[in-house]
Amino acid sequence: MGLALSGGVLASGMGSAASLVINSDHTDPAARESLAAVIEGFENTYPDIKVTWNRFATEGYKSSIRNFLAANPPDIVRWYAGNRMLPFVEAGLFADISDLWQQEEMSDAFPSMASSLTYQDKQWAVPYSYYPWGIYYRADIFEEQGITPPEDWQALLAASRQLKDNGITPFAIGSKALWPAAGWFDYINLRLNGYDFHMQLTRGEADYTDPRVKNVFDHWAELVKPGFYNQNHAALEWQDAVPLFAQGEAAMYLMGSFTVEVMKSAGLEEAQIGLMRFPTIDRDVADAVEAPTEMFATPANAPNPDSARKFLAYVARPDVQAEMNRIAGTLPANRHASVDDSPLTRQATALLSGVESVSQFYDRDVPPRMAKVGMQGFQEFMVRPDQQADILQRLDQMTRRLYR
Amino acid sequence: MFPRPISEYSRGYRALYQVVLPVSLIVWLLPLIGIAITSIRPAQDLATGNYFGLPSAIALGNYVEVFTTSAMGDYLWNSLRITLPSVAGAVAISCLTGYALSSYRFRGNLLLFFIFVAGNFVPFQILMVPVRDLTLQLGLYDTVTGLVLFHVAFQSGFCTLFMRNFIRALPHELVESARVEGVSEWRIFWYIILPLMRPAIAALSVLVFTFVWNDYFWALVLTQGAGSQPITAGLNALNGQWVSAWQLVSAGAIVAALPPVAMFFLMQKHFIAGLTMGATKG
Amino acid sequence: MNRASTFSKPGVSSIWRRNQRRLAPLLFLAPGVVMFAVYVVLPIFQSVWISFFHWDGMGPKDWAGLTNYTDLYDDPAFWTSLKNNLIWMALYLLAIPLGLAAAIFLNQNVTGIRIYKSLFFFPFVISQVVVGLIFSWFYAPGIGLLPEITEWLGLGQIAVLADERYVTYAVIVAGLWPQIAYCMIIYLTGLNNIAADQIEAARLDGARGLRMLRYVILPQLRPATFIALVVTVIGALRSFDLISIMTSGGPYGSSRVLSYYMYEQALSEYGYQMGYGAAIAVVLLVIMMLFISGFVWRMFGDEKEG
Repeated sequence: MGLALSGGVLASGMGSAASLVINSDHTDPAARESLAAVIEGFENTYPDIKVTWNRFATEGYKSSIRNFLAANPPDIVRWYAGNRMLPFVEAGLFADISDLWQQEEMSDAFPSMASSLTYQDKQWAVPYSYYPWGIYYRADIFEEQGITPPEDWQALLAASRQLKDNGITPFAIGSKALWPAAGWFDYINLRLNGYDFHMQLTRGEADYTDPRVKNVFDHWAELVKPGFYNQNHAALEWQDAVPLFAQGEAAMYLMGSFTVEVMKSAGLEEAQIGLMRFPTIDRDVADAVEAPTEMFATPANAPNPDSARKFLAYVARPDVQAEMNRIAGTLPANRHASVDDSPLTRQATALLSGVESVSQFYDRDVPPRMAKVGMQGFQEFMVRPDQQADILQRLDQMTRRLYR
Repeated sequence: MFPRPISEYSRGYRALYQVVLPVSLIVWLLPLIGIAITSIRPAQDLATGNYFGLPSAIALGNYVEVFTTSAMGDYLWNSLRITLPSVAGAVAISCLTGYALSSYRFRGNLLLFFIFVAGNFVPFQILMVPVRDLTLQLGLYDTVTGLVLFHVAFQSGFCTLFMRNFIRALPHELVESARVEGVSEWRIFWYIILPLMRPAIAALSVLVFTFVWNDYFWALVLTQGAGSQPITAGLNALNGQWVSAWQLVSAGAIVAALPPVAMFFLMQKHFIAGLTMGATKG
Repeated sequence: MNRASTFSKPGVSSIWRRNQRRLAPLLFLAPGVVMFAVYVVLPIFQSVWISFFHWDGMGPKDWAGLTNYTDLYDDPAFWTSLKNNLIWMALYLLAIPLGLAAAIFLNQNVTGIRIYKSLFFFPFVISQVVVGLIFSWFYAPGIGLLPEITEWLGLGQIAVLADERYVTYAVIVAGLWPQIAYCMIIYLTGLNNIAADQIEAARLDGARGLRMLRYVILPQLRPATFIALVVTVIGALRSFDLISIMTSGGPYGSSRVLSYYMYEQALSEYGYQMGYGAAIAVVLLVIMMLFISGFVWRMFGDEKEG
């Protein structure tokens, strides 16, 4: 930590007031508060730097970022690791911060994440948190129904059947923004065909008409066809589906850990919320977890590069990450950062222990253009499972066009 | 008059008409009434499932919340900063072009006129990529100025059509006699034509105000943050932020709708005159 | 006002005076023509040019020849959008008879009718973004009025915006709301200007009701009908705001139209296919041109007569 700090101090120039512009989409109350705390701490550490923070709505931010990176870049942007950042790196819009990584010994702080932030042997961003995806369940309803958290696919089907028979929708989901459906595809594929195949598929090295992919959809259909998901999910945002879970109309929700804060503000006690690993489907497949990494990068044409580097060094610090992730209910990226001791955080950490492979998320692992078509296909499948063959063929056609 | 005045019908018909009139209006405006009521509904009504009953209290606090917890004030101010100069610019330019096309004979006059008319009908999408690039190159991306320049240019198409037809219907004897007297062309325009154009300027201003205020597409393409986005695009962003907080979405929608509605009621005669120009002549 | 005195120096002044009838229109036209050329006319040609490239809007452009167009031909999303465009246009035309009906209904002289006319016209004044939000609420399952009504009718809660069978129609209904108001006001003005003596003469001949409408009124309303047709067809092809606000083209792209698909491909979250987007825009322009040229042709005819 002392080392991390020294970098900032060395680079800090004397004299005139500097500024720093941050663009981000921290709009959920908890996320907003967490970054506000970071900024406050940063301003206290560097009183001569004045921070301007532009907040965007999340869905709009994803399309705005390309515009402002090209037109009027800020000093710091929040973005996603993996394939999702490559277009900006390739277009020369992100600054290479490999030297900052060296100087602040970030490879030591973020060993498992380095690869998703590295391109052509250079580092382009600083990770600040990550959130494993898992199945959140209503512990009280499970207990009432005498259900133990399912560990394999058959148990999951049985539990779902039982809940359904008792008038409770097994799974809540809101697929309007498309990505919530992708969590299901990713996990079934990871459990059925393993991490390596999942990566081959997302890199365009395998076909969507491959029998292994068809197998994924066949398994998924076992949940879709009996009506184990809530109705009208295509009309709902993911937040809209939380009340179903909170009011006990649905008992499980596959989501990232950022959802916990939203569930609590919908009226649930922490004791009512359980978190389980996505059940095993094939015992021979090595365990993998879906845990997207959140990061900050600095644009190549940032107006205040010195302030930007100070901020990146600051936000990499373990104490800073511990605090901001505690507020946001997510996990710090820095492995030296302490994690608060709530049961859910412990469960979230447990999802990751002993796991070799971490996938980012469908829309970060595939090229952007594929993401839209793919996730639309997933949403359509969840509404019309009979269209499976058509959908897979369409995805295949898009892969061929992308990689021709 | 068509249809026959209701006063010529029997009593029963007249009474029926007096009943059907308000009922049909309520049905017609039902969605709007619904959203207006939702906008003053306390949040706990929505949480407890009271969506359609009488609100348990009148929560004007929703409006306060809209202004205090979001950039709504900025968005409104941007809308004003975009709309007023756009109206002024487009109307001024089209007074000139409309006059030129209506009062001078020169080669290509009609062709030019039809380019203005046809350009006014093209799909926005065919302009999108180049206009965005141009704005980026001018350094005006995400600025009010960039959006104003586009609106002035695009609206001048419709405005030219409007002004040219209006001026053509004016009596031209005065212009001819002024020319005989050797009055300069600019003075003829300024002292003779322009005063006669006042009703057209008023009608056009109200109309263009509504068009520009309600623009959403170009705001989406040329601006992006609370620093320059008008209320339409801002409302879209806030809608993403206030997921299922319908009382806030509704209040925001009402706020965004108010200025053009006020404009309409204040300038109703001009508005309708502008909108229906051409509906009466062959 | 001071422009004239700018030219008061003898040499310039005499050139100006001799040629001012020819020069004046050029000066009057200059600002408008320059602006319109830069922002409207040139971009049309630039877009056509861009449609022959693969371009992400950031890096270099790669020549693509006709690939963008052949890709479009193979793209099911393109055909869905085109089909929806046709549905939009066909159903939007309903605004014309419905607007006429509303106008006839309101063309009376009872007390307060002016207020009624204004309030009926109301939906046209507010922005489509607001209309979209209003109808999103109206359609929202569990919250809105329509699912409540369908449930009361025993059909269960139908989420029309999440169902590919209904979604396009549901958005069109939202679009018809202001469009009917627009046509209504056009016809109200038209009805106001019908020659009263002709109506009286026809009445004396025994014409009334629908026959009167068909043979006397409608022919006189032709200019109004023409304007209503123009604004309705253009409005249908321009539809973008409502789709963007209400469905974002979903569920799974089933409510897209060409204008929205173009934006999505070129500028949205996963987009930035500038060349592909431009190709979609070109197709849309071609469709629009069919109508524009028809309209302009008819106006041209009027000009020559007038």
